[in-house]
Amino acid sequence: MTSAPIDCDLHPTVPRLSALFPYLDEMWRETAIRRGFDEMNTISYPANTPLTVRNDWRDAKGQGATTPQQLAAQALAPFGTGTAILNCLYGTSALFSDDLQAAFCRALNDWVAHEWLDRDARLRASIVVPLTNAELAVDEIERRAKDSRFVQVLMLVSGEVPLGRRQNWPIYAAAERHHLPIGVHAGSTYRHPTTGMGWPTSFTEDYVNQSVAFQSQLSSLLAEGVFAKFPSLTVVLMESGVSWLPAYLWRFSKFWHGLRSEIPWVSDPPASIVRERVRLTMQPFDGPSDAAGIDRLINQIGSDDMLLFATDYPHWQFDGDQAIPPLVSAGLRHKMMVENPLRTYARLRETVP
Amino acid sequence: MNVDVLNRSGAQPVAQSKLAIADCDIHPRTLGYKTLYPWMEKRWQDHLETFGATYRQPWEQGPAYPKAQPNACRRDAWLTDGRPPGSDLAFMAEQHLNPNNVTLGILNPLGSGQGAQNPDLSNAICRATNDWEVAAWTSKDRRLKASVVVPYEDPQAAVKEIERWAGHPDFAQVLMLTRTAEPLGQRRYWPIYEAAQAANLVVGIHAFGYGGYPITAGGWPSFYIEEMVGHAQCSQSVVTSLVLEGVFERFPSLKVVLIEGGVAWAAALAWRLDAQWKKLKQELPTLKHLPSEYMRRNVWFTTQPIEEPDPRSQLAETFDWIGWDRILFATDYPHWDFDDPAHALPIRMTEPQRRAVFLDNAKTVYGVV
Repeated sequence: MTSAPIDCDLHPTVPRLSALFPYLDEMWRETAIRRGFDEMNTISYPANTPLTVRNDWRDAKGQGATTPQQLAAQALAPFGTGTAILNCLYGTSALFSDDLQAAFCRALNDWVAHEWLDRDARLRASIVVPLTNAELAVDEIERRAKDSRFVQVLMLVSGEVPLGRRQNWPIYAAAERHHLPIGVHAGSTYRHPTTGMGWPTSFTEDYVNQSVAFQSQLSSLLAEGVFAKFPSLTVVLMESGVSWLPAYLWRFSKFWHGLRSEIPWVSDPPASIVRERVRLTMQPFDGPSDAAGIDRLINQIGSDDMLLFATDYPHWQFDGDQAIPPLVSAGLRHKMMVENPLRTYARLRETVP
Repeated sequence: MNVDVLNRSGAQPVAQSKLAIADCDIHPRTLGYKTLYPWMEKRWQDHLETFGATYRQPWEQGPAYPKAQPNACRRDAWLTDGRPPGSDLAFMAEQHLNPNNVTLGILNPLGSGQGAQNPDLSNAICRATNDWEVAAWTSKDRRLKASVVVPYEDPQAAVKEIERWAGHPDFAQVLMLTRTAEPLGQRRYWPIYEAAQAANLVVGIHAFGYGGYPITAGGWPSFYIEEMVGHAQCSQSVVTSLVLEGVFERFPSLKVVLIEGGVAWAAALAWRLDAQWKKLKQELPTLKHLPSEYMRRNVWFTTQPIEEPDPRSQLAETFDWIGWDRILFATDYPHWDFDDPAHALPIRMTEPQRRAVFLDNAKTVYGVV
């Protein structure tokens, strides 16, 4: 079994919409060309913000993470990473037509397979699925799950309806069937405002509120009973910020004591469900700036099995080689980098040498 | 939380708290809009009788998510004659203020027209509510301080109402709700902050409201528990908006109290805001300080419903991060999730910390001697 680090969240950049055209069915390719589709980069990560690509990782055109070679040199080599999971965040997931969105999901997954996975054996990917239609999402999971390099199903933290709602359950059934965790990543299809009281005015505000959305979605997954219904499903929260978790669990647990008659299927304490079934990637890590404070926070999280190493490449979350928050203890560092990812991703246990 | 209390009549024995306390979230209640008619033009009385007050939610009456208990209230807080909890000063004093030794109580009347779709009706109900607070509550019990309930979606009307009460010794704050039509840092609301700062009134922002948007960025949840937990997420968004829009740069002596939205999350939010602002400050040039510095200077939090870590000592760690001077004790009387001052904070505190949280911070913030 490997002892090389496993990076659980990296983002290949789709350089332009037309890069996906070779992977679109002919009808959809003609549609995109005839109608003159604009580029579909998401406003969750506008191309030129300092956060979207770390400055020293930008190429001559100002883009980052556009080739496997660039990614390997900048994100794998510095950390001795042996395996890296790619999460494609392209904005086509916000398309309103079920069929068009499904076509672009197929294209994205095939593009990742051919342009990335085929070119570097260390790379793995998440299956991008249409978020508007669970039936089509299941079709895509079934189609791509045959390729064991796809190790997870990717969903955005803010989509059509709260993640726990039953219309999403076929996705969870398919993921569980194929031993794929559900990876929930920061980002939105902007069907709803980023806050519970409307639209923000800045990118900074949108991004800060991503960690708020994770809290709401964890409530949905818990309250709707997803963890009871799918007993072997794991949920990975990616780019969530992490440090919101203890205070969130304290509040949810308190209300669960008072309101559990509303959700009787949640029979185990919510915090223990989360500690067993939820994992979080460790960039960004919105923590205090002292070692004692970090120890306290990890202690409040209550489990060092939950945290997964991730660079969030090419997003700018750290400088130099400080991909692991520098004050994290050595023991946790090892668990985050190897042991926890292997426990989380069944398919890595099968396929990583 | 009081979830197993039976429906009993009369006053209940409540554990005696030796320390004098401030309760920064008490909910007085009318017997319906009729209670407010003495302070309302005939036109609006007729309007209420015919059309009612409608909000950005589906039903004529009651909340979008049915509460856990009738009126979301303690079952032992109903009066023997059937009047609802919070509607009678004598009973409130007997059940809560006296036995819990509340020497300062901040009144936050909910359901008082804030967020009603008709802006003039919203204003009429808010105005009448403020007159009623004085007539029925603060003029009869000097321990109680009122909130200026304002029709915040019409900031000009809200400013007039603040100015009507500015300088009145019975009013300690301006009351807003978290679930507004736009995030509260946005400029449409700034006249309210300007007027509150000028009147030296705290701006209290209580959980709940009727902005019409889903409480999550991913749509409408199914359950009341999701909404109740979600108020903490909304409160985080409110603080984020106030800080990033530069409200505290523009109104540096503004005091904002977040009410009933949780407190423990404030540390993590401050870390996140600081980390992102350092990278993205080009976008927000009006901010001259770290976001956490504005939070430490301009924002306070009420305790109820206090987060309950296991072990409880972790709450003290969190207060260390947030600042003990930021924490204001509150019970939320007479609601079902009332925090009993004798039991709600079972953490080791120094005597100065205990006095700060239970009384002194509130006196300082609200300017009450």
